[in-house]
Formats: sequence, structure tokens, C-alpha cells
Amino acid sequence: MSTTQQKTFPPPGLNTPAAGTALPRRRKPARKKNAWPGLIWVLPGLVTLFLFVYYPLVLNFRYSLETSNIFTGQQRFVGLDNYARLAADPVFWKALGNNCLYAGISIVFQVFFALVLASLIENLRNERFRTILRSIYFLPSAISLTVTGLLFAFIYQPQGGLLNGLLNAVGLESLQQAWLGNPDTAMLGVIMMSQWQGFGYCTLLFAVAIQRIPREYYEASALDGIGPVRQIFSITIPLVREMTGLMMIVTISGAFQVFNEVMVTTSGGPDNSTQVLGTWLYRSGFIKNDFGYAAAIATVIFVITLALALIQVRYTNKRRV
Amino acid sequence: MTSPTRLWPIIGRLVLTGFLLGLVIVVLYPLLWMVISSMKSNSEILGNPFAWPTSLDLSSYGRAIDKGVGTYLFNSVLVTALSVVSTTLLSAWAAFGLTRINIPFSKPILMIIVGGLMLAPTVALVPLVKLMQSWGLYDTYWALIILYTAFRVPFTTFLIRSYMIDLPIDVDEAAVLDGATRRQTFWRVTMPMCTPIIVSAVILQVLFAWNEFLFALIFIGSDTVKTLPVGLATLSSRAVTDFPSVFAGMTIAAVPMIVLFILGQRYFVRGLAEGVGR
Repeated sequence: MSTTQQKTFPPPGLNTPAAGTALPRRRKPARKKNAWPGLIWVLPGLVTLFLFVYYPLVLNFRYSLETSNIFTGQQRFVGLDNYARLAADPVFWKALGNNCLYAGISIVFQVFFALVLASLIENLRNERFRTILRSIYFLPSAISLTVTGLLFAFIYQPQGGLLNGLLNAVGLESLQQAWLGNPDTAMLGVIMMSQWQGFGYCTLLFAVAIQRIPREYYEASALDGIGPVRQIFSITIPLVREMTGLMMIVTISGAFQVFNEVMVTTSGGPDNSTQVLGTWLYRSGFIKNDFGYAAAIATVIFVITLALALIQVRYTNKRRV
Repeated sequence: MTSPTRLWPIIGRLVLTGFLLGLVIVVLYPLLWMVISSMKSNSEILGNPFAWPTSLDLSSYGRAIDKGVGTYLFNSVLVTALSVVSTTLLSAWAAFGLTRINIPFSKPILMIIVGGLMLAPTVALVPLVKLMQSWGLYDTYWALIILYTAFRVPFTTFLIRSYMIDLPIDVDEAAVLDGATRRQTFWRVTMPMCTPIIVSAVILQVLFAWNEFLFALIFIGSDTVKTLPVGLATLSSRAVTDFPSVFAGMTIAAVPMIVLFILGQRYFVRGLAEGVGR
């Protein structure tokens, strides 16, 4: 009670005569009587979201049950036909497999490697060195995937590319090849490019999480004679467990949304070896005009990412409570 | 004489430092190579990838701009600027409504807005093409500005809301007592207090809009409306005889974001930290 009463007095510095007189009359109506006009603040955002995010999402389900051609305008209800075709499509399964491979390798680099790297950096004594390292590792994440994609397309080039040049320089000429032109190496090439781009982002986030750990833990354990490596495994990693879980879900979810990386470097080729769900959707819908089919692929992506998002929400809620 | 037990930590530190610096080279060298290659000639690039350019030749930048990078750059700046303004405004309004005013259904509204975070852009792509065509927005700046706004309002609202909720409400109330309307309170009191998170939100939105590729690829057909990411992809598929100009275009696209990141680092890291806890 006393605190509420105190609040009604204008804080020092704002104690103008106007405020004093307006005090009892103004407060109550603003609180309860008509709250509806307040909705005006959230309305523009809500309308935009409904029109351009939620409405299309609902439409997508409808389209996935139709065959439609956007240019002729023909539409026909076909039930689950598109999904049946999807299940029988080897390229779809190849794409899904590639997304899983993407997720697996990304977890290694963007969760485990990034976590260890962040621990190592935060363990350094020189603060300026720490800041500089974190920023440099992050740099690739600030530039667009298109630039990264084009850059790596050059790096992987058989002639004049950095990778083959490097192999040549260290005497491993036999390993040289057209990295993105070979179905056996193309997918791995694209994924490694993506790790180069993304590991610094995750390292930065882990670094932020590590900075929240009280320094005393380290000081106390150091007094007990515990070395830096053991500190990482018995203090740092357990205490950023939640961030690790969160990053795993975010990373897996990202791996199922991959598009740009593949589109710019290989467009899904050679021979569909680098096809992922996103590029297969693009190819089906926007190159082959098979819109119902593309919508069905979109539903698959939706179901996978929604499931991951729900796990993430449970995760975060548990943490907050 | 140093005993072996005291030597090990030193060796460990050396190995660690060597590893961290090696990783710095892995990250920086390709970026540096991109800039260096933009100053080389086609045959120099194909000849020896590690060689320095024979002369400081910046003509590739002029050629890149002539080939369309100038237009793409302009489009990128325009689309990014407008989407940053609209996203920030809509999100700050919504955050204000959700945290500073008693509005009906504020819980479900928050869920609807933040729920948008869960949706991948690909999921709405097919119907959006149809909608954009029927609304006459296809192949215009508006398609990109609206979509960049719509798909980023959830994240940005979440970011600003989580900051606003921790700000003391007393100052707002004092302003209301002083006779300020809600609108005045928002602009003169709440927004200035939110400056740090607004800066974070703006930086993150600039990064997003500048680098976005999927929407720009699908909703833009004409060369005159293309933004840098899609424009560069087009350029590289055309300019097989002029690699340096592609490298120049890439440098033009990359450098502003690198500069922005370095300048806004403090805010940026904070925004990331608050954003990932979503």
C-alpha cells in the first residue's frame, strides 16, 4: 500500500504545479475504464503479421492439397496426392538427408566447437585480445551468404581456386579436384562454407553466456589447484548447458531452412547431390511451376521447424521459471 | 632451470595461441583474398591465386558499378532503410502497447506476435507469390520492404519488449501526470530510455535486410529493382570473363556490414544476447 501511495507523488524534479493538481483525476481513467483504444499500439504490427505471415501460412496448406499453376490460374483439389508424390520422390529424400547431414555437421561446428572455442577465448587473460578474437571470428556472419557463397565458389574452383592452390603448395596435388562439380564432395563443400560463415556467431553467443558465470567459481577452483582445461569441463560447460541446448535447437532448425548457401554455390547440383528441402521447393515451385508440390514441401519444413520451435519454447519456459 | 611441470602450461598457452591465431587466418584470409582479387586481372586470378596484384588497379570497381552494382547498391540501401524504419516503429509501438498500457488480450497478442518467430520464410513462400501478384506488389520495392518488416516484427518486438519490461514505469506515469498524452510519453520518455535496445534492433535489422536473399530472389524479377545479394548472383553468372568486377561487387556488399558491425559492436552483442534467449 505504502509503495502505491508513494508512486502517486511525482518524483523529484517533475514536481510541477500541473502535475500536482492533475494527480488524482488523471490516474484512474487511464488505468481501467476504456482500455480498447490502447489496442491501436499493437494493431499495425498484428495486421502486418496476419496479412503476410499467418494468412499465407494457412493458404499454403490449402495449396498443398491442390495442383495449381500460377500462370494459367488452374486449380484442382487433389487431396493428399502431392504428399504421396513427395513420399515417392527420391530427390525429396535425398534433400531431407542432406538437411540432416547439414544439421549434424552444424552441431559439431556451431555448438561443440563454438562452445570449446568460446571457453578457450574467455579463459585468456588479455581482455583486448579476447574482444578482437571474438570480433574477427564473427566477421563472416556480418556479410551476406551470397558473398560467402560466391567467395567459396571461387575458393573451390578447380583452376585458380584457393583450396586447390593450397593443396598444391603443401604437396597434396593428388587431392585436387573440382570440389563443387563433384557429387561426392559438393555437399560437404557447401556445408563447410556454411560452418566458416556461422561458427563465429555461435562462439559470440557462448562467450556472452560464459561471461555471466560468476568469476568466483574460477577463482575458487584455481585455489584448489584445478587447471584451466578441467575448469572448462567442470565449470564452464555445465553452467552454459541451457545455452547449449538452445543453440542445438536453433542450429538444427536453421539446417532445415537452408537455402541461400546451396542456391548461390551449386543450385542443388550436380545431379541433385546438394539438393536440400529449400532448394527443392524452389525448383519445384518456381522453375517447374509445380506449386502444389512446392507447398507440400513447405508443409514438411513447417512441421519440422514447428516441432523444434515447440521444444525450444518448453526449454526457455523451464529456464525462466 | 625450469622444471617440466612448469613448462607444460607455457607449451599449452603457446599451442592455444597458435591455434587461435591460425583460426584468425582461416577467417580473414578468404576475406582479404576477395579484396586482393578485386584488384587483379582475370588472368592473374586464374594464374596464381596467392599472388599479389601487380599494380593497385581499382578499375574493377567502376566496371562493377557500371554492370549494375550501382543500381543494386541503391536498391539495397532503399529497401534496408525503409524496412528498418517500419520494423522498428511497428515493433516499438507493439512493445509499448504490451508493456506500458493495460490493453485487452495482451497475453494472446504477445503469443501471436512472438509465435511468428517460429515460422520459416519458406513456409509461406508459395502463397505469398500469388498474393503479391494479386496485390500488384510483385517486382516492386514494396514487396521486399513489407516482407522484411512482417517477418522481422516478431523478433524485434520481442527484443524491445524484453527491454521495456525492465524499465521503471514510474517515469512514464510521471509524464502522464504532467499532462502528457500516451503518444507524447512514447516519443519523449519511453523511446529515449530504450535507445540502447533500439540501436541493437536497428543494427540486427540492417544486417538482415541487407543480406536477405530468398525473398529478393523470388519477388523481384527486374534488374532495376534487384538488391545486392540477388544482383551479385546475377552478375557472377554473367561476368565469366571479368572475375575482378565480381570480386569488387562482393567487396562493395560486404564492407558496409563489416564496418557497421565494428562500429555497433557493443549494441550488437547485447542485441544478440537478448535475442537468443527468446
